[in-house]
Amino acid sequence: MNRGAQALVVMLLGGAVLRATWTDVYLRYVKQGLRPFLIAAGLLLVTTAVMTLIYELRDMHRPADHPDDDDHGHAHGGPVVGWLLLLPAFGLLMIVPPALGADTAARAGSALTSIEDTAYPPLPPGDPAKLTLLEYGYRAVYDSGRTLRDREIQLTGFIATGPDGQPMLARIILACCAADGVPIKIGLRGDVPRLASDTWVQVQGRWIPHTAKDPVNDSDIPYLEVDIWQKISPPAEQYE
Amino acid sequence: MVLILIGVLHRQLGGLMADPRLQTWLTVFVSVMVQAVPFLVFGVVLSAVIAVFVPRSIWARALPRHPALAVPVAGVAGVVLPGCECGSVPIAGSLIRRGVTPAAALAFLLAAPAINPIVLTATAVAFPKNPEMVAARAGASLVVAMLMGWLWLRLGRAEWIRLPSRAHLDGLPRMAAFWAACRHDIVHAGGFLVLGAMAAATINVAVPQTFLHELAKHPVLSVLALAVLAVLLSICSEADAFVAASLSQFSLTARLAFLVVGPMVDLKLISMQTGIFGRRFAARFAPATFGLAVLVAAGLGTVIW
Repeated sequence: MNRGAQALVVMLLGGAVLRATWTDVYLRYVKQGLRPFLIAAGLLLVTTAVMTLIYELRDMHRPADHPDDDDHGHAHGGPVVGWLLLLPAFGLLMIVPPALGADTAARAGSALTSIEDTAYPPLPPGDPAKLTLLEYGYRAVYDSGRTLRDREIQLTGFIATGPDGQPMLARIILACCAADGVPIKIGLRGDVPRLASDTWVQVQGRWIPHTAKDPVNDSDIPYLEVDIWQKISPPAEQYE
Repeated sequence: MVLILIGVLHRQLGGLMADPRLQTWLTVFVSVMVQAVPFLVFGVVLSAVIAVFVPRSIWARALPRHPALAVPVAGVAGVVLPGCECGSVPIAGSLIRRGVTPAAALAFLLAAPAINPIVLTATAVAFPKNPEMVAARAGASLVVAMLMGWLWLRLGRAEWIRLPSRAHLDGLPRMAAFWAACRHDIVHAGGFLVLGAMAAATINVAVPQTFLHELAKHPVLSVLALAVLAVLLSICSEADAFVAASLSQFSLTARLAFLVVGPMVDLKLISMQTGIFGRRFAARFAPATFGLAVLVAAGLGTVIW
């Protein structure tokens, strides 16, 4: 891998990172807080590539004292591995894989595993109350639905297939990047939206005192009695 | 020509992408890379600064002359590097190049990703009910880092470390040397990072979680299981506390082992260490660190909980 090729690869990677942060694509892979660092890193990558090209051009005009800093003598195939950097670059530029969804929800256990009994403050006034799936789950499982009674709740998530084969509502929680994504699953009763997996919906309904166990990790899956639902387009920030 | 090729490839890949599992693999792979790129780039830039702008004499003055004393100082100095493990590998390589005794540089390499304030804060947030986890993690990680440094002084051989030949930076003007060092380390460490990310994504998609659930019931096996899982999953040290918190069917000791092993030994680190320090080094260093980290974490966990 000569210097020109290295510059090209680094340039592509930097460009791919910058393009992903320019749009909302990066939100499929990491949290929003990483954006400034991604932009800085992308700019540094592009600058490194540009400087490499400049020095390369300069040295081409003076072949006599070409500094032999290329890795000709690499017995262990060193910089060949650098070509691999093309993979994430192409992944970001061409394939642009989607955010984690129903496949992860089906394979990984739900997030409500710890045993806590915390008293939660009452929901803000006004129906329907918009909650995250995680907050609904906490209130339903750890507070026995105390704050959820007699309220209309609105939840937003995607459809995934539950352990019993029925559609359920799910969302992926990220701490840092998609490698640590953990699903939160909510079972559905009543007017269950029978849609294909990974379809995003907004459901409105009431808490019911019913939980199931996620066979993957024995976590609790609370339920919601759905009154109405509507299909929506996926939000920019798909993770909770 | 290139555009046509890209167009054809795009079509082909589109067909493949229909498989949900492959899609998840790609998402995890790309996201490990996206997460790691800033840390890799900042680590590389810092190591280039060390290589080009920081005079050699500084290290001689900053670190105690006796290597056995330099090890703990370098380990504790890891507190100042806020980041995860991808950045610390090129930095440690650069320190060794600049004449820092390898034992001290290695103690720094192991300690920095685990004991910096960002990682410890994340751990405190992830374990609100067990604040002792933060102290246990910091303590155990520091102890392992120092023991590994001292072990290297006793048993390590200089010829195991083979830093990749790179630019004869000394002969170049400073800015040229700086950018050459950046370019070299990005391509080198970055390439190995890609290998590690691919392995981590494969494990993420392939390991059935129900299997883990069974293991959690055995007190000894569960510690080993989570230690191995930390190696395989290769999660960034800033995020691993949240994953550990979600593995609540496991004992706190097992989860401590997960948190101590993860930032020190994992697939992407082994891959990057192979790239920066050479195969003979990684083949000895990674297993030794793993064994020591499991022992220290299990010991400390048994004492506390």
